[in-house]
Amino acid sequence: MMPLDLEVVRRIAMLARIEISDAEAIATRDQLNGILNMIESMRALNTEGIEPMAHAQDVVLRLRDDRVSETDQHEVFQSIAPQVEGSLYLVPKVIE
Amino acid sequence: MEWETVIGLETHTQLSTQSKIFSGASTHFGQPPNTQASAVDVALPGVLPVANRGAVERAIRLGLAVGGTINRRSIFARKNYFYPDLPKGYQISQHEIPIVSGGTLHITTTAGEKIVRLTRAHLEEDAGKSLHEDFHGMSGIDLNRAGTPLLEIVSEPDMRSAEEAVAYAKALHALVRWIDICDGNLQEGSFRCDANVSVRPMGSATLGTRCEIKNLNSFRFLERAIDYEVRRQIALIEDGGRVVQETRLYDADRDETRSMRSKEDAHDYRYFPDPDLPPLCVDDAWINAVQTAMPELPEAKRARYEGSLGLSSYDAATLTQSRDMALYFEALIERLAVARTAHLARAKLAANWVTGELAGALNKADVDIQHSPVGSDALAGLLERIEDGTISTKAAKDLFDAMWNGEATGPDAADQLIEKKSLRQISDAGALEAIVDHVLASNAPQAAEFKAGKEKALNYLVGQAMKASKGKGNPAAIAEILKRKVMGQAPP
Amino acid sequence: MKDDYLTGATLTELSSALAAKKISSVELIKAYLNRIAAVNQTLNAFITVDPAQSLAQARAADARIARGELGPLTGIPIAHKDIFVARGWPSTCGSQMLANFVGPYDAHVIDRFNAAGAVNLGKTNMDEFAMGSTSESSWYGPVRNPWHTDHVAGGSSGGSAVAVAASLAPAATGSDTGGSVRQPAALTGTCGLKPTYGVVSRYGMVAYASSLDQGGPFACSAADLAVMMNVMAGFDARDSTSLDRPPEDYSRSLGAPVATATAKQPLAGLRIGIAREHFGPGLDADVEAAIRAALDALTALGARLVDISLPTSPMSVPAYYVIAPAEASSNLSRFDGVRYGYRAPEYTDLRDMYCKTRAQGFGPEVKRRILIGTYVLSHGYYDAYYLKAQKVRRLIADDFTQAFKACDVIASPAAPTVACRLGAMTADPVQMYLNDIYTVPANLAGLPAMSIPCGFGNRGLPVGLHVVGNYFSEAQMLGVAHQFQGVTDWHRKKPEEVA
Repeated sequence: MMPLDLEVVRRIAMLARIEISDAEAIATRDQLNGILNMIESMRALNTEGIEPMAHAQDVVLRLRDDRVSETDQHEVFQSIAPQVEGSLYLVPKVIE
Repeated sequence: MEWETVIGLETHTQLSTQSKIFSGASTHFGQPPNTQASAVDVALPGVLPVANRGAVERAIRLGLAVGGTINRRSIFARKNYFYPDLPKGYQISQHEIPIVSGGTLHITTTAGEKIVRLTRAHLEEDAGKSLHEDFHGMSGIDLNRAGTPLLEIVSEPDMRSAEEAVAYAKALHALVRWIDICDGNLQEGSFRCDANVSVRPMGSATLGTRCEIKNLNSFRFLERAIDYEVRRQIALIEDGGRVVQETRLYDADRDETRSMRSKEDAHDYRYFPDPDLPPLCVDDAWINAVQTAMPELPEAKRARYEGSLGLSSYDAATLTQSRDMALYFEALIERLAVARTAHLARAKLAANWVTGELAGALNKADVDIQHSPVGSDALAGLLERIEDGTISTKAAKDLFDAMWNGEATGPDAADQLIEKKSLRQISDAGALEAIVDHVLASNAPQAAEFKAGKEKALNYLVGQAMKASKGKGNPAAIAEILKRKVMGQAPP
Repeated sequence: MKDDYLTGATLTELSSALAAKKISSVELIKAYLNRIAAVNQTLNAFITVDPAQSLAQARAADARIARGELGPLTGIPIAHKDIFVARGWPSTCGSQMLANFVGPYDAHVIDRFNAAGAVNLGKTNMDEFAMGSTSESSWYGPVRNPWHTDHVAGGSSGGSAVAVAASLAPAATGSDTGGSVRQPAALTGTCGLKPTYGVVSRYGMVAYASSLDQGGPFACSAADLAVMMNVMAGFDARDSTSLDRPPEDYSRSLGAPVATATAKQPLAGLRIGIAREHFGPGLDADVEAAIRAALDALTALGARLVDISLPTSPMSVPAYYVIAPAEASSNLSRFDGVRYGYRAPEYTDLRDMYCKTRAQGFGPEVKRRILIGTYVLSHGYYDAYYLKAQKVRRLIADDFTQAFKACDVIASPAAPTVACRLGAMTADPVQMYLNDIYTVPANLAGLPAMSIPCGFGNRGLPVGLHVVGNYFSEAQMLGVAHQFQGVTDWHRKKPEEVA
C-alpha cells in the first residue's frame, strides 16, 4: 500500500470529524504510516478461502419480544446535555 | 431526440411494531419531544442494541408476499456518518446481506399490467428529526423517531414513467397495509419514497447518470418530482450539459427539485458488520409459520373474484385495492350467502354497491371502510330487500343514505327503515291498476304513442305511475299492467 | 485501626469478618478511603472517590448484615474502572469528553455488585477510553506503579490494578480489549482475568472495540478472582453478545483443577502448552527467567509441558490494530457534543462544532486510533485491511482450536518486559502496540485468559504469568492458578509503602 499523504490524512480527519492543524496533519501522517507499516506484515499472509471472523463467538442474534419496556426519562438524560430547550437538544443550525 | 425515463424507487416503510427495532421504547407517533427516546435511542455511552422479533417477522412477511428470498442469515451493519439526528454517529442497517432478496410487484397502469422486480428489502433504524424553527439560530433535535424500525424496499430500475412509479408506489403501499406491516400513513412519514431517476436516448441499453430525489411524501409529489426531474435532465443534456450523480430534494412549494448541500464524504459510509449484533438467523419453521398466518394476497383474491364470483376484472381490482375493502366485501357476500349458492348475480349486486354507493360515500366523507357507518350486515339486509323486490333501487339509495346518517344499524336496519318510512314497494295488482288507470286517463297522447310502437312512451308512462305511487310502485309490475291495458291483453 | 484488613485479607476473610461483626462495613470503607486519601495523590489510581455515596452504601450493608441478610460481597468495597457507567457516579473513561458525564443508569456489572451487596469504593483511572497499555493517556494524568512510582502501571485498567496492588481496594473491576486487565495485573503484581467473550455483560461498559471488549476482575489471588467472577459473570438480555448459559461456580475447581490430580501432585495430568512463538526475540531475559521458574513450579505440581505452535500469533498485533481501531472509530462517533459530554466552547457551524469538540475532547492516542480505524474502513481500503484482518483473526482462533487438542491451558509471559518508565512509550506508539503480543490473541479468539504474579524482574518490578484456557474453562484456569499460589507467595508480595 502507498503511504498516506497529507491529503488523505485531512480527508479521514474530516470523515472522523476531528479538526486537525497543518502541523498536526504532518505528525499524524508520520504516525499513521508507522502504524500502517506495522499492519502491512499481516497482508502478506495467505487468507484464500478463509471466512472473515466478525464476532468472538459463533452465535446467532437473540431476538426480543415486541413490547414497550421503556419509560420517559428525558429529564434525567437531558440534565447532562450541553444545550437543551423545550425538551429538544440544541445544535448549530442544520442546513439541508 | 426521443428520451426514455428510467426510474427505481427506494421506499422506507415504518414497521408497525409497538417498540423500536433495537430498544424497548414506544414507536407511538406525535409524543412530546424526546419522551420516547430511551438510553439506547439517545446512544448513551455503554448501551447496546437488542433486536425486535416483531420487526424481523414483518420483514419476512413482506418477503413472502413479494415472492422474494428470505435469507436464512443476514447481517446488521453500521453505516457511519455524522448528523445530529443520528445519535450513535452510525445507522444500524443491512448492507451486504439483507433479510429479503428479490421478489416482484404487479402494477397496473393505463397501458396495462407490468411486473416490477425488487432488488431487496432490508431492516434498518430510522433517524430522529431536526426541527428548524428558530431556537436562537439553532436547530432542535427530537429523537422520538430514532430507532423506529424501517424496512427499506428497493426496486430495480424497471419503471419508465412517473405514472408507473406512482402505480408501483401505490401497489406497494396497498401491499404493506394489506399484510399489516405498516400503517401506511403518508402524512406521518410511515411510507416514504426516494426516486432514482435517469434518462437515456430511446433504445439505448446503458443507463444514464441518475439523481436520487428525496422527500417524496405523497403520490402526487412523487409524480410531480419525477416529471420535473425528467424535464430538467433532458433540458440539461440537450443544452450540452451533463447530469451529475447527486441527491436532490423535492420542494413541493416551488414544484422543483434542488441539489442537497453537497457532502463530499456522503459516499464513504464505512459500512462494517455491527459487532454488537451477531448474524440474524431465520429458520424454516419460523418462515413457515409466517406463511401460514399470511392473509390471502390481493393477486389471489382478484383471481378468485374474477373466477368463482364472476366479477369483472375492474370490479375485482377495485375491491382488492385495500384489504379492508376486500374484507368488507367478503363479509357482505358471506351474509348474502353468495359463497354457498354461487349466486353470481348477487355477487355482482354486492360488488356494484361496494364499489359504487359505498365507495362514493366513503370517499366523499373521507372515511376508511373499516369505519363505515353502514356495516356489511346492514348493507346485506338492504341488498336482500332489493333482490326480493321489497324496495326499488331508488328507495334503496334513500335507505342507504338513512343508514349512513345513523338512522338504523345492524342486520335489521333495512327492514326497520322500510317500515318506518313506509318504503315497501307496492306490488299489489289492485292498487297498481288504479294508479295505471289514472295515468292512462291523464296521458292519452303518450298512451297512443306507445300503442303505435314507441317504447320511449312506455318509459314515460311508467315514470308517471311511479310518481303517482310516490316511488313505492314496483316498476316492473307497473310496466306489465300498462302493457296489458294499452295493448288490450288479457290479464294472466 | 484495623489495618490488617487492608493488606492481605482475602474477600472471603473480609466477608467472614463482616459476618462475625469483627468489623463493620462503614469501618472497612473508612479505612480504605483513608488509605486512598493518603496515597492516591502519588499513585493517581482513582479518578473519583465519593465518601458520601460509598458510606451510604456501607451503612445500608451494615443494616443488612445486622438483619442477617448476607450476600457474597455484602459490605465489601470494590473499585470500578471508570469505563463502567454507575448511576450517580461520574463515568469519565479517563477522557475530557466525559469529564462531566454522571451515569444516568447502572452497567450490568455494577448491577451485579450492587445485588451482591458490595460497596462502590470509587472509579479508577485508566487510559482514555481504554486505549493504551500504560494508563498514561488519561485526561486525569498517568497512573503510577506502586512498585516504582516513576514507572507505569500498565493499561488500560492501570488504576484498578494499582488499587489492588497498593491495597487501596481488596478487588476491582477492569475491562480487557487487548490485554487491558492482564497486562496491568502483570505489571503491578496482581491477579487479573479476562473471561470468555460473552460471559460478562458489556451493557454499561463504554465500548472501545465491541467484538473484543470483555469485563474482568482484579484481585490478590485466584480464589478471590473466582469470588469476583461469581458476581460479575452472568447472562444479560440487554447485551446481544451475552451468552445465555447456566450460572456456574467459578470456585468449583480450586481444590482440584484436573480429574487425575493427587494430593502430592494436584496438577497431575494437566497439559500446559508452550508455544515456541512466545519465547523468541523481544522477550526480556528477566521476564523469561521468572516465567521459566513458574513453569518449573507448575511441573513440580505434576503438570506436563507440551510444545505447541500458534503460527499466526505474530500477526495478532497487526490484525488487532486494524479491528480494534475500526470498531472504535465507529463506537466513539456518539461523542459529538450533542446529547452529553464535552462541547467545544466556540465554533462557527455544525461541522465546526463536531470537529472542534472531538479535537479538543479526545486525547492524542484516541484520535490516532479513530483515524486509523476510519482509514481502514474507508472506501477502497476495507478489503485490504478490515476484511483481511477478520480473516487473520479466524486463522488465529483456528490456531488455538488446534493447540487445545494437545493441551489444556497455554502459558506464556503476559508482557515481554516489566513496567517501563513513565513517558518511555509515548513517543513510539508502534513499540507500545507490539508489547501487546501475548495478550491480544485471546481477545481475537474470544478465549479466557489471566495473569498471575510469578516473580520479579529488573528493578524489582513484577512479572506476570499469562495463562490462556479453552472457551469457558475459567474455573479450571483458576484452579491451576490456585494450586500455583498454594506453593508460591508471589501474589502475597506487596510493594513498600508509598508516600
